[in-house]
This record gives sequence, C-alpha cells and structure tokens, in this order.
Amino acid sequence: MNIIKFLDSLSDPELLTTPVSRRNGLKSLTQKGKELALVSIPFALAATSKKTAAATKAMPSAMFQASPTEVLQFALTLEYLERDFYQMGLDSGVIPADDENIFVLIRDHESSHVDLLKAALGGNAFDAPEFDFSGGLGLDPFNNYAQFLALAQGFEDTGVRAYKGQAGALVDDDALLEYALQIHSVEARHASQLRRMRGEKGWITRDNNTLPPAFSAIYAGEENTVQLGVELAGRFPNFGGVDAVTEAFDEPLTMAEVNAIAGLFLA
Amino acid sequence: MKKPIINVEFADQGPDGKLTSRRRFLKTTGLLVAGSGLFMYSCSNENLEEELLTADAAADVRAGKVFNLGKGDLAILNYAYVLEQLEAEYYRQVLEGDYWLNQASPEEKEILQDLYYHEVIHRDFLKVAISSVAPPGKIAPDLIFDFSSVDFSDRTTVLTVAKILEDTGVSAYNGAGNLLENTDYLLVAGKIVSVEGRHAAAIGDLLDPGSNNFASDDVLVDLLGTGIAYDKATDPRDVLEAVAATGFLETKIIANNVPTE
Repeated sequence: MNIIKFLDSLSDPELLTTPVSRRNGLKSLTQKGKELALVSIPFALAATSKKTAAATKAMPSAMFQASPTEVLQFALTLEYLERDFYQMGLDSGVIPADDENIFVLIRDHESSHVDLLKAALGGNAFDAPEFDFSGGLGLDPFNNYAQFLALAQGFEDTGVRAYKGQAGALVDDDALLEYALQIHSVEARHASQLRRMRGEKGWITRDNNTLPPAFSAIYAGEENTVQLGVELAGRFPNFGGVDAVTEAFDEPLTMAEVNAIAGLFLA
Repeated sequence: MKKPIINVEFADQGPDGKLTSRRRFLKTTGLLVAGSGLFMYSCSNENLEEELLTADAAADVRAGKVFNLGKGDLAILNYAYVLEQLEAEYYRQVLEGDYWLNQASPEEKEILQDLYYHEVIHRDFLKVAISSVAPPGKIAPDLIFDFSSVDFSDRTTVLTVAKILEDTGVSAYNGAGNLLENTDYLLVAGKIVSVEGRHAAAIGDLLDPGSNNFASDDVLVDLLGTGIAYDKATDPRDVLEAVAATGFLETKIIANNVPTE
C-alpha cells in the first residue's frame, strides 16, 4: 500500500463514520491499525528526509479536512493510546515511587478525556484498539524507565500538535471546539512536565529533540518561524533569537502526520 | 450624547439577567473603589464608538489612558495583545528584581528568562499582526502597568504571580477560540496557548517540585462529569475583571464590543 492509497483509506467512511457493532468496529479498526502500521513505519522513518517533509507540506490541507466526528474519533484513538500507555506503565512497576503521583494524575486526565470523547461521539465511539508500545523498534518501555519517559514525552508533544491541527475542523461547533482547546492545553502541561523530567526545556526549541531518530516526525516543522505570513526570525536578536521564536509557538500536525506516528504503536 | 457608565453588562438583560447584571455591577464597583485600574463602559447601543464617550474620556483615549478593544476578531486580537503586554512587562520586571538577579537557581533563571522572551515575541508579533489589518488608532497602545504591589525580591511571590498570569493566559485563549471568526487567527491562538500551558506547568512545578502542581485540581475543571482534567475556558469579560482585580493594569480598557459568542 502506498502512502496516497493509505491517505485515501483514512477517509474510508466505513472506519470513520459508520456506527458499527462493537465487534465489527474493533475488527475493522484492528485491521485498519495494521494497514496504518504497515505504511506508516517507512513513512515516519522517511520523514527525516527533506524531500519527504517537503512533499508532506506540499499536500493541500483540504486533503486532510475532516468532519467533527472524524476529528473526535481521531482524538479518541490518541487518548486511548495515552491512557493505556500510562496504565500499563503504572501496572508494570517501571515508574519510581517518587514519580508515581505524576503518572497517576496524567493517566486520570487521559481517562477523563477518553470518557468525554466517548460521550461526545455517542454511537460513533469505539473501544480501545490494541497497542504495541515496542513501536516496531523493539522498545521495552515497561521495563526501561528512560524509554517510558521518552515515549510519554513523544505522545504528549504529538497530542498537542494533533489537537492544534484539528481546531479548524471544529469551528462550526463552538462547544466541541472549546472542549478540544481545554484538552489541548492540558496535553501541553503534561508535555512540559515530562520534558523537564527528562532534562529538556518544557518548550520545543526548533525541531530539536532527544527521542530516537525514528520519531523525528513528532518534531518535524516545529522549527517554523513564520506566523500569519510574518517572518519572525531575525526580529528578536535580544530576546533569544530564532530559538526563542520557535519556542514561543507550537506547530500543528495534520491528521495523516499524526496517524503515521500513532500507527507505530498500533498492534 | 450618552454619558457612559461604569459597568460590565454585555448581554441582553432579561429579568434574571438584570439581577446578574446588578451583582456584577456592584462587584465591579467594589473593585474600582479598591483602586482597580480597569473600567468598562457600557451602553445600550451595541455599536458604541469613541464619539459616545464624554469629552474627558475622549481626551483620555487620545492620551492613551483609555483604549477601546473594538469589535469582532480585532477586539479578540487586541485583547490577546493586552494580555501579552501584561505578561511581558511582568517578566521584564522579574528579570530586574533581586530574586532573579541574586537568588534564583540557574534553572529558574533560564525558565523565567525564556518566559520573558516568549511573551515579548507574542506581544510584538500580535502588534505586527494587528497593524496589518487595522489602522493605528484601532491597535491597543503601549499600556501602563503598576506592579508596585509585587515584591520582586521574594521567590514565592514572583513565581505565584507568574503562575496566575500563565494560568489566566491559558484560560483566556481557550475562552477566546470560539469567538474568533478567522481560522488563521484561531490556529495562531492555538500555537500560543499551548506554550502558555507549558509555561504554567513549569512555573507550577518550580513552586512545588515533583508534585501535581503542573496541572493541579486547583486550576483545572471538570467537563460533563468526566473528571477534573481540563483547562478553564474563560470569557474575555471575566478575564478582564480578574485582571482588573490585580490592579496591575492602569490603562482603562473598554471591552463592551468584544464578541460574546
């Protein structure tokens, strides 16, 4: 399956909009997860090349415009991923006692977000898919705390970008947009805390990161310095320069870009 | 010419609305008596413009002591610009204070300096953005602030005020999102608000390291009974009232045409 075909399949109404029986829904999603994982691994790896990044940026944004239901389902998958990751982490004993309160709190938040999205989706909600947190790279986060923290940071920074990328698709529903924003900034709080626990700044400088190279797509594009058509690089030499300009604005990811990242962790 | 009254009534008044309005009025009057620097003028005419102000008020507008945020997306951009000015000026003074200069750890110094840089960038960016769509008189002026009540030599004070400002910024952008018509503005507000959220978390953690203070139940709210897991989304009028209560802002802000839906 090539990437364009895959992108087409993302708008497959059978997956995204049709209320199906839970069993069928789960089966369909699992199957889709496999397809997603299959195409997204090479995509995510290849995204390190400038050519691919440019090609991704060149794709018209309308191609990714989703319905509110599709956005909520997309968000639900991400929240399931986060919730299950933290729950498995707490169950595994990999988290030192001193840090446990932080992951209990974050797990509780993600669990609440799952419940809110399920409530908003009603009959269009689905159960959690199965995840594989080895990420196709043989990672072992539930026995290796450094890997656990790194993935947690990656998931939160991805979540921030994912919600941001879908705000425009929710403009016609004030309540949903506001809920999404209220989740979005909490993901940013989580990201800041986890980044600082790993010795990074709470904010993202350019596209710098300390995650495995396979996850560079999580930060691709964060080096942007143009906002509303205004080039800000060079305007703030006495206020942290380009580094600070990129830190001051978090950048969005498209649904396809996020799915490529999340697909690494679908069983 | 209608003489403007100091009030914060924005919505249509029903029988219940009147009661709310009266309470709100009394509350705000109390704030004003206590020395708040922020006034709001209200008028039955939804399209209140500067010519409806008294001659004295008009002179204040020209002198930059009073500013009307305007209406529509412009009002929201000006509102954001006001908040970013507030934050930037606060951190500028933090970096001149004894806590930052002589007491803060290297990590604390770096974080507060970054926050200063980011807020200056937000502030100056918004000025450029507003300037590209509005004539000079419609852009908020350089505001006048008074942080004399803040002891910049005291760590807890400096960080606590910073946390209030950042948490307020998050709830303000969240509450303004669905008031914006232009999706480009919505996206850029989204790019800023998550950075404010990152700030709020870092400052919260500095105040109580390793605790839940980065996203605590004191700051977050519940939605639909699913648990306390969401940042607030606060309407501009309520944010401006809260800012007024701090006494930090001397310039009077007229906010009665800021969108409410």
